[in-house]
Amino acid sequence: MINYIIRRLLYAIPILLGVNILTFVLFFVVNSPDDMARMQLGQKHVTEQAITNWKHQQGYDLPLLWNPEATAEEKITRTIFFQKSIGLFALQFGVSDTGRNIGEDIRQRMWPSLALALPTLIFGLLINISLGLVVVLFRQTYLEFSGMVMCVMLMSVSSLFYIIGSQFAVGKLLKLTPISGFDDGLAMVKFLILPVLVGVFSGVGSGVRWYRTLFLEEVEKDYVRTARAKGLSEMQTMFKHVLPNAMLPILTSVVVALPLLFMGSLIMESFFGIPGLGSYTIDAINGQDFAAVRAMVFLGSLLYVIGLLLTDISYTLADPRVRLS
Amino acid sequence: MSSILSKAFSVRNPMKAVLAGFLLILSACDSEFNNPYQEDDKKLSILYSSFTERPKHLDPAVAYSSNEYTFLAQVYEPLFQYHYLKRPYQLVPLAAKAMPQIHYLDAQGGVLPETTPEPLIAYTDYILELKPSINYQPHPALAKDAKGKYVYHQLTQNQIDGISTLTDLPLTGSRELVAEDYIYQIKRLAHPKNQSPIAEIMKNYILGFEEFAKAVADKPKTAIKSVSLEGVSQITPHQFRIRIKGKYPQFIYWLAMPFFSPMPWEADTFYEQPGLAEKNIKLDWYPIGTGAYVLEENNPNRRMVLSKNPLFHGELYPTEGEDSDEHNGLLKDAGKALPLIDKVMFILEKESIPYWSKFLQGYYDASGISSDNFDQAVQFTGSGNIGLTATMLQKNIQLETAVTTSISYLGFNMLDPTVGGYSDATRKLRQAIAIAVDYEEYISIFTNGRGVAAQGLVPPGIYGFAEGEQGINHYVYDWVNGKPKRKSIPEAQKLMAEAGYPGGIEPKTKAPLVLHFDTTATGVDDRQRLNWYRKQFEKIGIQLDIRGTDYNRFQEKMRTGNAQLFNWGWNADYPDSENFFFLLYGANSKVRSGGENAANYDNPEFNRLFEQMRNMDNNGQRFQIIQQMQEIIRRDSPWLFGYHPKNFTLHHDWYRNLKPNLMANNVIKYARIETADRAKQRLAWNRPVFWPLGLIVLILLLLCIPAIKAYHRRTRQA
Repeated sequence: MINYIIRRLLYAIPILLGVNILTFVLFFVVNSPDDMARMQLGQKHVTEQAITNWKHQQGYDLPLLWNPEATAEEKITRTIFFQKSIGLFALQFGVSDTGRNIGEDIRQRMWPSLALALPTLIFGLLINISLGLVVVLFRQTYLEFSGMVMCVMLMSVSSLFYIIGSQFAVGKLLKLTPISGFDDGLAMVKFLILPVLVGVFSGVGSGVRWYRTLFLEEVEKDYVRTARAKGLSEMQTMFKHVLPNAMLPILTSVVVALPLLFMGSLIMESFFGIPGLGSYTIDAINGQDFAAVRAMVFLGSLLYVIGLLLTDISYTLADPRVRLS
Repeated sequence: MSSILSKAFSVRNPMKAVLAGFLLILSACDSEFNNPYQEDDKKLSILYSSFTERPKHLDPAVAYSSNEYTFLAQVYEPLFQYHYLKRPYQLVPLAAKAMPQIHYLDAQGGVLPETTPEPLIAYTDYILELKPSINYQPHPALAKDAKGKYVYHQLTQNQIDGISTLTDLPLTGSRELVAEDYIYQIKRLAHPKNQSPIAEIMKNYILGFEEFAKAVADKPKTAIKSVSLEGVSQITPHQFRIRIKGKYPQFIYWLAMPFFSPMPWEADTFYEQPGLAEKNIKLDWYPIGTGAYVLEENNPNRRMVLSKNPLFHGELYPTEGEDSDEHNGLLKDAGKALPLIDKVMFILEKESIPYWSKFLQGYYDASGISSDNFDQAVQFTGSGNIGLTATMLQKNIQLETAVTTSISYLGFNMLDPTVGGYSDATRKLRQAIAIAVDYEEYISIFTNGRGVAAQGLVPPGIYGFAEGEQGINHYVYDWVNGKPKRKSIPEAQKLMAEAGYPGGIEPKTKAPLVLHFDTTATGVDDRQRLNWYRKQFEKIGIQLDIRGTDYNRFQEKMRTGNAQLFNWGWNADYPDSENFFFLLYGANSKVRSGGENAANYDNPEFNRLFEQMRNMDNNGQRFQIIQQMQEIIRRDSPWLFGYHPKNFTLHHDWYRNLKPNLMANNVIKYARIETADRAKQRLAWNRPVFWPLGLIVLILLLLCIPAIKAYHRRTRQA
């Protein structure tokens, strides 16, 4: 398995390089270093000299991908791409174009994101799986039908509506939780109740439908009939036999998402005032901050690769028949 | 208490448990579950405010945005400030002992009389003296040991590894503010590595500024202390001189901006140590000033907290202001020591909906009014006056309004062959469009009446603004019943015919004239606004082609002169007409020189008058020249003057001494919070409501009944 992991990690290098090149090209198709300088220097009294100075100070006065005037390997190394990207592979994110250390910002902002995303994932999983099982338990009855109608209704509503609606109902009318905000330590709990509730509730429709599909596939299999034939109750059959056997696809969807929990949720964090990473990338794109954009895209792709690897590893734990080679 | 509760909840005493639960709920009704702040904060005099995006810079040499000045201006003290209450805006000393002595000099350095004509003045000296005994806030950069050696100027790697914020360094120190600190800051403005946005402007004024910049270009930031800058020199430890080229009366306004705040050399020496920037510990994020407040908590990802500077030198609330200030209660704190608030908490609040809800709950002390909330907050009375709605009045919320010192305009590219140029025909075309585009309607529809149609370049409140009939744009308005009235569309159509476009038809093509409008407003919300523009142009038969573009491309078009019509705005740096008229000065043409004259307007007569006016002191002659300039640009119409936006601010009754001051940024020190009133109102407005929770639980339980029945039925069948 070690060989497999090493091989997968080596495969990740060209993937990450490709993602980097793609981000670089896309960014600089839309923004030139001059545009970036103007964005950073503001809109007043920006002279050409000031722009030249900014580019020189920030290292954006080099050619983008290829330096024809340089010699030997410097044709590649004395370019914006090389200078700005190579550190990423050592997880050195460098300094944003506004002058802040990106790594420090990420370290600071990933925890609030995780504080919101992790309970949302756990409670969401528990509720969705339980409700999925219950719906399957009542399959082919009016309860299943009305449950599915309810799920479709829940799915059809925008998450923004859940956010604003819950802030209005719980925060403004009932005055039970703060409308938005954040605090450190245990004090953060009261700020997380509402966003976690919204996160769980807004995912119930699609989640229950997804798990119902998984469980329906399982419930018709021979071993389930055998379990019933042995005299097990329907509840025992569902929770003791169907659920463990449906774990593999559940693992796939959950484990791959685990590393990305750090990346946060843009809308939830913006509306609930949670200082996470959700809006970091969007803010960077709006601010034409290439350094931050490439760092976040790199981090996102790296976490995704790690997520996929973790999924593969988790298969071996969940299903002894799976061997990584 | 916990033991009482545990006894009460004991299983053996079910009645007591129910009673205790009931009491608990009752007691909870007397607290605020939705309070986003800590309970202890209630007792403190804290002003709660917010910021929507994190400030990019907190270094006074670099910062140039209002959201940065919100923090900076409370911490740093330039030499002068704007009087909080007096209007028109007036500069008064802040760190300076008095207003500067100004000496005009000839090329040889000889002193000239005050009445010397401007062309004969080679240099102007500003002699500036500081108040004594002003000290810096406690700061690690100034911490010294018993031997007088700076403790943190040579941090070891171990020390750096052990800190994550500035407060992790336990020792702090202070020292007196001296003239050398202002000189050092001016050198910082010149150093190319600091990338000050005003460096290029100051090159034109401060003697030796450009030469200094070249001399230090390759040197580290800390090396500037020992390099002299010709135009800035110390006279005594509390007195220094700034020598500028020629005469530039507006220079004093620059001295009131945060760019000219004092900076101790120790700050650069401390922050430039390797390893600190990697932890975001840098001068750009941790200010060191002498102002009323210090930045106690600096977390731009969540909140920024200002607290009283324990070493603040002291300043008193103004004892005089406008006539109405006494009546409005703005002089109740006259003579009291500033600041009046212990802390200011700025919370990152990206969305306006939660902010507005929290303002109504009393958790923010003041709020602007977004378009979404306008009708909820403000109503127009039958006579057209502005008033608050019943909901706002019930909460005792107050409204403050002020016309901003800014302008939003629609410009013509004067280099364009169709709409530009200075012939009678193109002038009449622009005048016709100026009549057709009804900005009164625009203000009413798109800004909820929050604006004043502009009659020229100068906004109300700025020297040179003329009231009444004298101040209207006669090419667009008539003076009727003591008010300006926009000319009729037939008059605009007549001008179109005279311009060679009868009925808006272009004679060559026999088709309607098509004009291109470049704008960055491309969102769904902007569609109505753009359609409105189309309709305005259609009134005189012109087809408006909207060319939506991103801001980068828009700027490129402006730089290369490829736009025909465009929308832009300007916010004054200082309250002087020069800061508006320079936007149409020929030498500032964006295409020719990359300046701020985006319309590329270049009228020799206007240029001559501008050169004469810009360096004059405010007097009758200057006022007359300004009126002449207004007349020229009204006739030439290089812009549709658009409107001056109006600020609407709501605040709770407990927030005192709030008077809109559009020039001053350091206004928080004057504000006062009636803490007890606020706590009482918050409690009254935020009693939690529990019964719907019980109802929801009951509904869920009821929903379970059919499920249980169905399960039993299925089990029985099986």
